[in-house]
Amino acid sequence: MLVDLRGAAAGYAGRPVLSDLDLTLRAGEHVAVLGRSGAGKSTLLNLLYQHLADRAALIPQAAALVGTLSVFHNVYMGRLDRYSTLRNLRMLAIPARAEVAEVQAVLAGVGMAEHLFRRAGALSGGQQQRVSVARALYNGRPVVIGDEPVSALDRLQGAEVLGRLAARHGTMVLAMHDIGLALAHARRILVLDQGRVVLDAPAADLAIADLLPFYA
Amino acid sequence: MPEAREPARLGYAGATRWFLLAALAALPLADLVVSGPDPWLELTRLLAGILRPEMLAVAGRSVVLTVAFAVLGVALGALAGLLLALVFARLGTVRALAAAMRSVHELFWALLLIQVTGLSPLTGILAIAIPYAGIFAKVFSEIIEEADLAADRVLPHRTDAVSRFAYARIPVLVGPFGTYLLYRLECGMRSTLVLGFIGLPTMGFELETYFRQGRYAEAAALVLVFYVLIGTRRIWVRPATLPFLLGGSVLALAWLTEPLAGDSIWQNLGRFLGQGIVPRPLRGADLSDPATWAALGTWLWQILANQALPGVVATLVLSQIALLGSGVLALVVFPLVCRSFAGVAGRPLGRVALVVLRSTPEYMLAYVLLQTLGPSMLPAAIALALHNGGIIGYLLGRHADALPYRPDAPRGINLYAYETVPRLYGQFLAYALYRWEIIVRESAIFGILGVATLGYFIDAAITELRLDTAMVLIAATGLLSLGIDALSRSLRRRLRIENRPVRLSAAATPATRSTPACA
Repeated sequence: MLVDLRGAAAGYAGRPVLSDLDLTLRAGEHVAVLGRSGAGKSTLLNLLYQHLADRAALIPQAAALVGTLSVFHNVYMGRLDRYSTLRNLRMLAIPARAEVAEVQAVLAGVGMAEHLFRRAGALSGGQQQRVSVARALYNGRPVVIGDEPVSALDRLQGAEVLGRLAARHGTMVLAMHDIGLALAHARRILVLDQGRVVLDAPAADLAIADLLPFYA
Repeated sequence: MPEAREPARLGYAGATRWFLLAALAALPLADLVVSGPDPWLELTRLLAGILRPEMLAVAGRSVVLTVAFAVLGVALGALAGLLLALVFARLGTVRALAAAMRSVHELFWALLLIQVTGLSPLTGILAIAIPYAGIFAKVFSEIIEEADLAADRVLPHRTDAVSRFAYARIPVLVGPFGTYLLYRLECGMRSTLVLGFIGLPTMGFELETYFRQGRYAEAAALVLVFYVLIGTRRIWVRPATLPFLLGGSVLALAWLTEPLAGDSIWQNLGRFLGQGIVPRPLRGADLSDPATWAALGTWLWQILANQALPGVVATLVLSQIALLGSGVLALVVFPLVCRSFAGVAGRPLGRVALVVLRSTPEYMLAYVLLQTLGPSMLPAAIALALHNGGIIGYLLGRHADALPYRPDAPRGINLYAYETVPRLYGQFLAYALYRWEIIVRESAIFGILGVATLGYFIDAAITELRLDTAMVLIAATGLLSLGIDALSRSLRRRLRIENRPVRLSAAATPATRSTPACA
């Protein structure tokens, strides 16, 4: 069991968003978190990320790249804690061949290999999102937590990226808005409404029609 | 959680009325006469000189030294300011220290430093570096706060602090820091030039001589070189040229200036701290004797009543008139640099005119006007209004160009009165209130030129080596500018314009990111 929340609460600046939350997350689960905007999805993901700390890689909602650095450096950031300070500093000036090759392979998986040394700030929204995903893939922690990680991609690209994430990280918790994509790639569906879990069921038992009422 | 209570709202018209009233109340107290023997003759000679600059009079040495002082002073100030900025938000003492450093004008710092380090290069560098460090600390810490640090949150938890800083902070901050640094270097060039007027070997030293002798053609040539230096700064200040600029500046100061003569810095410093700035009644007195403290009280009261108070009143009188003048001028001239009024052809000309106004050090302008119009508050008020009105007008023009007008908007004076000015007025007030504190500091400084503001009493005290009195008066100017700063900030909050950009460097960069709050 990775996380076991009992009666948890969370919020921003004194305003409660989640309250009285019971949730367990086991290793190997693929969870999709659904719900209207403002339901508390991002807050839940942040809460899980805090609990998992070192075991999780994060794909935040805004791509959160450093626009002035290259795509390579943004992806390399996923492993800053594994190398010495000196090596990290050297890598800023002179990227080592081994790491470049490794990062390039990860970028190829999300269709961004040809942009290796472009400035991240010059990329389009969809491209930035793929770099953000690549950073999590390169990070390679056992759990990946993603806040709408494929929102700026088309369905085909989105499906491919979700497949990569599932293959790389054993456990996934992803907030999503595309119900079809969620049912196809997650094994457990969690629906939030006004800060509470209103549905928690295996994806195999659900159809799109079962989830639509939550968006009405 | 109880929300912080919002201060009562103040309307734009109400605020404007208060400033109009303040300036009107100041007018009868101001001495605004033309007292020169023949101002028109002097002005025509000045214009003739400007039209025929004597380029051969420009001495390379003072030009090089001006750049060297500015580069090293700003670099040292930026370095110290960066270190202070790292703890600025957390430590109240650092905030207070930075506020004190920047509340005293670089000319006053120079007058004090001359007592210790003489007319040596160190005086020039420190006179720039100390107040600038206080400004850098505040602005750098604001930039750090405003920066997008989202990437920092995504880094793996155990990333060490240095790597975290190098990957997620520095790359984000280096752009805005650089822009601000370049802007400050421009200010530093102006400050360095002005330091020449009190004796440091910069271009200001030669300018002062030429102006005093009425050799306007030679002076015009020097000023022209200064404009070119400022205008081309983006070419000669680049990341690649920085090492050469810094190294060259050190060499220039080592070769081209004279070492300190007479006593050593340590002897001077000992005398300065042990004797000079200790209040006269306390020197060698018995500190346990109540009479000593009574004497100190009398001494302090004499200074406050006879020098500080009249000085503060004159400083405020001058600055309120100058502020109103700047505001009126800004509203009149901004169409010159605005596409919808000056047109595509007229705008570049307007820009050149306003950039020249902005690049002209107001101290030099006041000096020249005092020469021609004779001693009174009038030249000082005109100089302040021209410089600050030019700056605000230039910035307003840029904001006006970014305004989206409807396709059937009126033209000309109707557009100006019904669309442009109403929509820019909040931004205009933000700039004017921000410049207010700067105008007050400059008004105090103009006392050195003979107007009876605080600087007049400070200059007199320093000339007569009454350094203890000078320290009290300098503290008074510092408190005055801190008070105006606080008042200006509270007014901006009450006008709901506290999030408008007020930093020149931010507004002067291309208006691509014209979000209202990206100061």
